[in-house]
Amino acid sequence: MTDTITLEVMRYRPEQETEPTFQGYEVPVRQDWVVLDALNYIKDRLDGSLSYRWSCRMGVCGSCGMMVNGEPKLTCATFLSHYLPGPMRVEPLRYFPVVRDLVIDMTDFMGKLQRVKPWIVRKEEKPLSQGEYLQTPEELDIYKQFSMCINCMLCYAACPVYGLDPQFIGPAAIALAQRYNMDSRDQGTKQRLEILSQHEGIWGCTFIGECSKVCPKEVDPAGAIQQYKLTATKEWFKAFLLPWSVK
Amino acid sequence: MNPPSVYNGYNPRWYRPRVSTYWWLWQWAYLKFILRELSSVFVAYFVVLTLLQLHALRQGPEAYAAFQEWLKTLWVLALNAVSLVFVLFHTITWFNLAPRAIVVRLRGKRMPDQWVSGSNYVAWLVVSVVAAWLVLRG
Repeated sequence: MTDTITLEVMRYRPEQETEPTFQGYEVPVRQDWVVLDALNYIKDRLDGSLSYRWSCRMGVCGSCGMMVNGEPKLTCATFLSHYLPGPMRVEPLRYFPVVRDLVIDMTDFMGKLQRVKPWIVRKEEKPLSQGEYLQTPEELDIYKQFSMCINCMLCYAACPVYGLDPQFIGPAAIALAQRYNMDSRDQGTKQRLEILSQHEGIWGCTFIGECSKVCPKEVDPAGAIQQYKLTATKEWFKAFLLPWSVK
Repeated sequence: MNPPSVYNGYNPRWYRPRVSTYWWLWQWAYLKFILRELSSVFVAYFVVLTLLQLHALRQGPEAYAAFQEWLKTLWVLALNAVSLVFVLFHTITWFNLAPRAIVVRLRGKRMPDQWVSGSNYVAWLVVSVVAAWLVLRG
């Protein structure tokens, strides 16, 4: 006999209601089923009106992040069997505006991501004829951890600072800024520091550390922010003590 | 009856829940963070206490003896016991977090986190032993 589990799914239908409600669905539990499989089962068999975001089903695209029993999780990597006998609660990612059911609006995050220039910035591009920008394995190793971010935004849902102050640039965007700062091919550190040394940048972080705990890719955004603080402080002292060294 | 809906694809009506003032109460990790922040008050208290002690020392033997008597009162003992617990909590949690902020690389390889936190604990031990020796040597 197959086990079943009840999923209490948050429903928000803005054309009908002003406050969300919870709707219970009983779904079968198979050994290899994850929460996303259960949502797909509900969508296909029980209630086609349920809305949620998903794509790759393999922890790469970062689309299916939701709150599972109050914890930010990638639903494609969260097994139903861990929550037996249930019931379990599925909600949209915390601290983001909810568009419908389990779908959040990510415009704010996308804007912040762009602000920190998460790409290689060069003062002057060398001509193609001079070849590629080479990098040693050791140089790659310095930033590789931070490059694993899949923009799933679980870290934002774990960060009360972002919940309390939506101006805060937030863990993933800062970790990605740090990823490019640490890249030996990049020359945009100063440009990013201008954005991230503001109050809503690195100094907004109070080092709660939950962003790193919920990260499905072990990026450690909390570590990235603290390392960034250290760099910014050193730069400030350098500018204070040796003002002629700052160009 | 529901108010007439103005919702459409170009005019979304987002649901924005407010963050509770007590957000830190419902998860141990958040409560631990608040306690860690609160522990700074007790660190500051010990600093003030030490300054008061030095001030009493400067005033002469009688003032210092009176200060020591005050330290022995029950409520000061209780306050100092609670402060000690918070200061230890402050020290241990921050030492354990140090490797996240300080990355040490040796020949291109990142050193294990224990090296960074361990060096903090070793420094703590050395300073404590030196301080104990200075105070207790007679």
